[in-house]
Amino acid sequence: MAATSRTTTYDPDARMAPGPWLKRNLFNSVGQTALTIVTALILLRCLWALLGWGVFNAVWYTTDPDVCRAATGACWAVIVEKHRPMLFGLYPYDEHWRLALMMAIYLATVVLSLWPRCWNLRLLVPLWIVAALSIGILMFGGVFGLRFVPTADWGGLPLTMLLFTGTVLIGMPVAVLLALGRRAPLPVARGVSVVFIEALRGVPLITILFVAVNVFPLFLPAGMEVNRLLRITVGIAIFFACYQAEVIRGGLQAIPRGQYEAAASINLGYWQTTRHIILPQALRICLPAITNHIIAAMKNTSFVIIIGLFDILTATTAVMQDPLWRSFYVEAYLFVAGVYLFFGYALSVYARQLEKWIAEGRI
Amino acid sequence: MTDATPARGGKRPAKGLKDILNSESFRSAIYQIALGAAVVLLGLYLYQNVVENLQRQNIATGFGFLGEVSQFQIGERLIEYSPRDTYGRALIVGLLNTLTVSAAGIVVATVIGFSVGIARVSSNWLLQRIALGYVEIVRNIPVILQVIFWAAVIRNLPAPRNAVELFGLGFISNRGLAFAVPVADPAHLWMGLALLAGIVLTVIGTRLARRHREKTGRYVDMLWPGLGMIFGLPLLVWLLSGAPHVIDFPERQGFSFSGGATISPEFVALMLGISLYSSGFIAEIVRAGIQATPKGQVEAARSISLRPRFILRYVVLPQALRVIVPPLTSQYVSLSKNSSIAVVVGYPDLVNIGNTVMNQTGQAVEAIAVMMLVYLIISLVTSTLMNIYNRLVAIKER
Repeated sequence: MAATSRTTTYDPDARMAPGPWLKRNLFNSVGQTALTIVTALILLRCLWALLGWGVFNAVWYTTDPDVCRAATGACWAVIVEKHRPMLFGLYPYDEHWRLALMMAIYLATVVLSLWPRCWNLRLLVPLWIVAALSIGILMFGGVFGLRFVPTADWGGLPLTMLLFTGTVLIGMPVAVLLALGRRAPLPVARGVSVVFIEALRGVPLITILFVAVNVFPLFLPAGMEVNRLLRITVGIAIFFACYQAEVIRGGLQAIPRGQYEAAASINLGYWQTTRHIILPQALRICLPAITNHIIAAMKNTSFVIIIGLFDILTATTAVMQDPLWRSFYVEAYLFVAGVYLFFGYALSVYARQLEKWIAEGRI
Repeated sequence: MTDATPARGGKRPAKGLKDILNSESFRSAIYQIALGAAVVLLGLYLYQNVVENLQRQNIATGFGFLGEVSQFQIGERLIEYSPRDTYGRALIVGLLNTLTVSAAGIVVATVIGFSVGIARVSSNWLLQRIALGYVEIVRNIPVILQVIFWAAVIRNLPAPRNAVELFGLGFISNRGLAFAVPVADPAHLWMGLALLAGIVLTVIGTRLARRHREKTGRYVDMLWPGLGMIFGLPLLVWLLSGAPHVIDFPERQGFSFSGGATISPEFVALMLGISLYSSGFIAEIVRAGIQATPKGQVEAARSISLRPRFILRYVVLPQALRVIVPPLTSQYVSLSKNSSIAVVVGYPDLVNIGNTVMNQTGQAVEAIAVMMLVYLIISLVTSTLMNIYNRLVAIKER
């Protein structure tokens, strides 16, 4: 959805001098000129008001909400004042450094694994094992003199990151299996996949979260329990997988029949064909749509507010109950929106780079 | 199912037992039986666990609870409802609220989405960029955050006493929107019928005009007669019934308003949040649709001096709609599914009431099943209608 299609048509704008360009795109008729001037005036007026509110008249730092109330501009001080409960949620205040360190390790690991030069299992597997272990130790604690923190107390941005990563790591393989199942030569596998995908795509994510929280424990034999956070992550992941499976199916359908026949002619089995011939091409074809759904999955993690998980949005909403700072909700929510926009933008920039690499035949 | 991967291997006549065991069809039968058995066994195992767990926790099963008295009040309702009514009726109230907020959201999202989508392909560069900025912002911020944001904005609006007045027609305050409505009059029913009659007559007239054109080659313009009938007939009825023009204005009264019609803050917040979020996606769908018609076709139509209206009607729209309508409907479905986050602002939609029912009765399985079933039916009905539409507008190759 977010990816703009690459057009190969001749673009006359590309080689125009500024003068003709302005004339062509902004002032090519009386009506156009009037529209441009009116729009520009409104835009400038809005930008000016926004700058005045957000920059010139804003309060950047204070611990006294009354200073903010006296000012006419934004109160960014609320973020300075409350950034810790907003970013880290219910996690014990003295242990916040653990979450900060966790986020650093997490981001470093993700950035390294997204870099094609590091795409080497001998590097990535140990990297992820070490990262997962150290993140686990930091989050849970209980060893090396770190205080134990149960998952119920986890929160804020690290929780959003964990939910998102869990969703993608669990969801992608399930999505591939479901997509293959839907295109399998076995009618029963096809039926099971179709019913599963269509049923889950037909219901809202919230009902699946309700199932994960309220119904799933009933499925287990007495005495057995699965961690609530894990249940929720798996719930979001399966929902994500059903949408992603349809995208991957589109990619599978785009593979010409000749590829299957060529694979069969050199006597490759089903799994060999799928693994070495079909999937690499299919996933490349539908990469833009796949990344769109991955970005959507990041936004969807915010649904956990309904079942009371303390992700960054829930934490911020809770912080905004503070009567002293409550009136500065716009600034706080803008900050959270900025966090989502930043990560979404970073992902889409990376996705575009990935498409470029694919087009160049580098990966 | 025609979308299976091409089958592998040629057919060889089976000779012995070994050949049968090794044959592709035999193995695929084995795999399928194993998969089917695994699914059935897993289902049975889970079912048994659920039954045992529920028995142990003394939770009733079945849908009998739908007939029990609910004992909770619902703030917003389209049909009569009191705490003495049943859970089943409460859920119907919720379903109607879901449909209301979805319908309103769809209208708002469509209007904004089409405007922004058209601005996205405007020849004015500035307008194009502003539209792009809007799209990128609204669709990349989680919908829940947007709903919560609007709820906070409304909560911080002035109280009714200092409500913002809208050209003397209504008020905006932290109690939502209060606005003037015409007092109900029997003439309204007749006006509605007249509107319907106008539409039906226009459709028939257009059909006749087309048949006439196809037979004789002479074009009869139905635009103005059609518009005249659709708007003129209700107006005529209104005038004939003595032009009832009593309007009920809202008035400030204590902590709220009396008179007029009111829309609750929860409704406004939820509707705004989900419709603005969807409008970004709709704008992109519209842009893609408009760009689906190659420029050359419009130029070609112009060169045979087709009127601009006909270029739109017979050249651009048929191609654009074929691209726009399928993703647009799925956007509508996802908007109505997004309305299920109503619980974060306290709007009593199906999921919110279902949640209350679930907490009161403890019958999570049944309550969630009801919610899922309703949404599933909405999705399936929409996709069925969509398939019918697709078959109608698909490119007919002769």
